[in-house]
Amino acid sequence: MSHDVLSTPVVDTGKTTDRTQSRARAARRRKAVVMAGRALLLVAVLGLWEWFSRAKIIDPFNFSMPSKIWDQIYTWVTHGTALGSLGEQVWYTLYEALLGWVIGVVAGVVLGIALGRVAFLADVLGPYIKVLNSIPRIVLAPIFVIWFGLGPASKVASAVVLVFFPVFFNAFQGAREVDRNLVANARILGASDRRVTLQVVIPSATSWIFTSLHVSFGFALIGAIVGEYIGATKGIGLLVAQSQGTFNSAGVYAAMVILAVVALVAEGLLTFAERRIFRWKPADSDD
Amino acid sequence: MSADTSPAIELRGASKIFRTPSGGLHTAVRGLDLTIGRGEFVAVVGPTGCGKSTTLTLVSGLEEPTEGDVLVAGEPVTGVGEKVGFVFQQDATFPWRTVLSNVMAGPRFRGVPKAEARQKAREWLARVGLAAFEDRYPHQLSGGQRKRVALAATFVNDPEILLMDEPFSALDVQTRALMSDELLELWEGTGASVVFVTHDLEESIALADKVVVMTAGPATVKQVFDIDLPRPRKVESVRLEPRFIEIYREIWESLGEEVRITRERGAAHVA
Repeated sequence: MSHDVLSTPVVDTGKTTDRTQSRARAARRRKAVVMAGRALLLVAVLGLWEWFSRAKIIDPFNFSMPSKIWDQIYTWVTHGTALGSLGEQVWYTLYEALLGWVIGVVAGVVLGIALGRVAFLADVLGPYIKVLNSIPRIVLAPIFVIWFGLGPASKVASAVVLVFFPVFFNAFQGAREVDRNLVANARILGASDRRVTLQVVIPSATSWIFTSLHVSFGFALIGAIVGEYIGATKGIGLLVAQSQGTFNSAGVYAAMVILAVVALVAEGLLTFAERRIFRWKPADSDD
Repeated sequence: MSADTSPAIELRGASKIFRTPSGGLHTAVRGLDLTIGRGEFVAVVGPTGCGKSTTLTLVSGLEEPTEGDVLVAGEPVTGVGEKVGFVFQQDATFPWRTVLSNVMAGPRFRGVPKAEARQKAREWLARVGLAAFEDRYPHQLSGGQRKRVALAATFVNDPEILLMDEPFSALDVQTRALMSDELLELWEGTGASVVFVTHDLEESIALADKVVVMTAGPATVKQVFDIDLPRPRKVESVRLEPRFIEIYREIWESLGEEVRITRERGAAHVA
């Protein structure tokens, strides 16, 4: 009897460590399988595309093929594009998108917080903002080219109008949904209205605002690209337009690939900044 | 009337009517008369949702009475006063500030220089036993610890009037008793007048000099009971004394009726 009692826990602990280990192993294996699956999918899609194109199952003139796209990118990187070096085009587009993004974000946050805090402003401006938001804003891009010319200003403007609204609505909502207890507490502790806005409303609206920043950088790129596509002297959008004009489908795809890389890098930087700013938040379970 | 001899808080025929989202009117408090002396610890008990919390927001200046007068130290209340501290039922610590920064918030809002605010905040953190936690964020603390931060953040402003809205109701029973004792210790050094709203009769008797029983909503004062238990008290032991049980029975006779009325009304709403 006593032997049983003594031996049971020993066996138990042995089992638990065994289990923990096997669980950890299973988790590692799953991760590896997911990565392999991703790689396989990519290779399969690119491979099929290449094969179909070479076998003329799909028209290689219209659909191009991965190897040609790669060659195109390689040529652009090593010999530059017809418009100048590739870096210059990327920088031009990025500069327009970034500038438009910053202006749109600042305007959106300031107006969103102001309207969220001052009910009078919200009541007066509310319907007009709804009307403006319901306009398909991308059609403004040609108008901006007419207004501001072929330079960067017209692209910045189209990026601004695309970025402003999602940021504005998120900041507005964030300011509206501040915990009433926190505001009451700040007022009791002696905070003026200005301090409540700066030290309670804005910090608690930041998570709302950051959600919109991720989406809106994509919008800023779209704004810049569409603007360039319609009329520009430099930029990736122009590269797309020119490739299309010379029936160079590989060029269009290559420009898209470059854009995707730019967008992903920007997204990564934003996530990094977010992690630093939100140190006060409980960590996500997946970290 | 001299400001020095006037009572700490005076409500004269105060009423508060809210407009409900559906457009109707809801009377939370009606014709409330209540006087709280300086340095007095008054507990307000009443059935749930009867308007006890509204009374506190009127005294704090967060809300204005629809009718009647609210006076603090003989002066009518206009906006949030300097002398008032408020401990809320829910967590009201700022989640993006560290513990130390949370406690510094009050003095900083009131224009105290940073170094002085930090020093005062550290003193109060030590008093509530959180000196080692000053760099943590609220989400890294337990519910009881967060409540201690809230107490420190309130006491650091040296309030003459301390309003507490069911501050310990979200805590577990053991933590609650511990926090009640700590509150009594902190308060005894300050001489502040306290209005402590609760629906827990035991808690109110253990803490207070006076227990005010409110009617079922709209709230008005039904009866006031003096608690003659000697201080200093320990919450866990005082409630075993025969006098405590006697007082409890006496007050419950008055309060129980209001609780029953509220419950019947609730049942009528459901039906």
